[in-house]
Amino acid sequence: MHEMSLCENIREILEKQARADGFARVNKVWLEVGPLSCIEPEALRFGFDVVMRGSLAEGAALDIASSHATARCLACGHVATVQRRYEACPDCKAPGLQVTSGDELKIKKLEVV
Amino acid sequence: MCGTCGCGDGDVRIGGHAHQHGRAREIALEIDIMAKNDAYAAANRQRFAEGGILALNLVSSPGSGKTSLLVKTIEMLKGTLPVYVVEGDQQTSHDADRIRETGASAIQINTGKGCHLDAHMVGHAVADLNPARGAALFIENVGNLVCPAGFDLGEAHKVVVLSVTEGEDKPLKYPDMFAAADLALINKADLLPHLQVDMALIAANALKINPGIEIIQISALTGTGMAEWLDWIGSAHARVGSAKHVETAAE
Repeated sequence: MHEMSLCENIREILEKQARADGFARVNKVWLEVGPLSCIEPEALRFGFDVVMRGSLAEGAALDIASSHATARCLACGHVATVQRRYEACPDCKAPGLQVTSGDELKIKKLEVV
Repeated sequence: MCGTCGCGDGDVRIGGHAHQHGRAREIALEIDIMAKNDAYAAANRQRFAEGGILALNLVSSPGSGKTSLLVKTIEMLKGTLPVYVVEGDQQTSHDADRIRETGASAIQINTGKGCHLDAHMVGHAVADLNPARGAALFIENVGNLVCPAGFDLGEAHKVVVLSVTEGEDKPLKYPDMFAAADLALINKADLLPHLQVDMALIAANALKINPGIEIIQISALTGTGMAEWLDWIGSAHARVGSAKHVETAAE
């Protein structure tokens, strides 16, 4: 259930951003979530609605885009897009691809009033 | 359009709520949601580096034997290193009480409904513990193989504890934790004669997720593997000391 505490982080970021950018309401939040980020999008969505209640983003729409994870093969150097941690190299079939990206968890864009 | 009731500019005000009429606009951002935790983790890491403190984050499912292993470890480290412990559990101070019986300083963090320790909680606990220079700090995380994987506490290493009764495929079922850890302690090895469990398969599965992970088969009860674990702690502690040395030399 740590998606709840991440939603609290998101609310704090929105409140801080509202002071900096001078807006009073958030209509929509765009997130980018890496496939290896330890986040379950549905749990995040559920937590978002609950945590934003009574805040400047109450009822805001949430768009969650999944980014790609990339990994490099330690054997042949091939760089591949992966969905999980323990895939074999699609090129040389060696096991143990080293993950180089895919654990991002970012706010990309807001629609505000 | 008003975000509260949907009325437009110039409409009659209904219900007396504050209207924020104006044009909706988009703001492009690139804000990492974990940034707050990561900033606290960086501050903890800095404190550990300055004090030459080895901080280890012990993670596992509930019941893997982390606390018993820690009690045994503290007893064996006695006289070599000052040891401090941060205990994380949803409720009770049972674990911190067990640790204090060994003579080590311990602080219990109760996370309430929380499923993990975060770097902010640990920062406060460390400030209260005020570990001595050159100490070893063990952070026993909440028993949970999922959420603690995603939270950096400022530790030097995550150490995952897995008991032999948990099944060979645990690393495949909970890959994030095994990917985040540098060492796997396969605990309760004294039970192996009574089980049909394939140790080699546990190790192979852990290595499949994380080719760099080190693995020690261990028993807090019989002492099997404890010497190897203490050696590992010793080497990790020496690296903290030498990292500090390099940093000082570079200043």
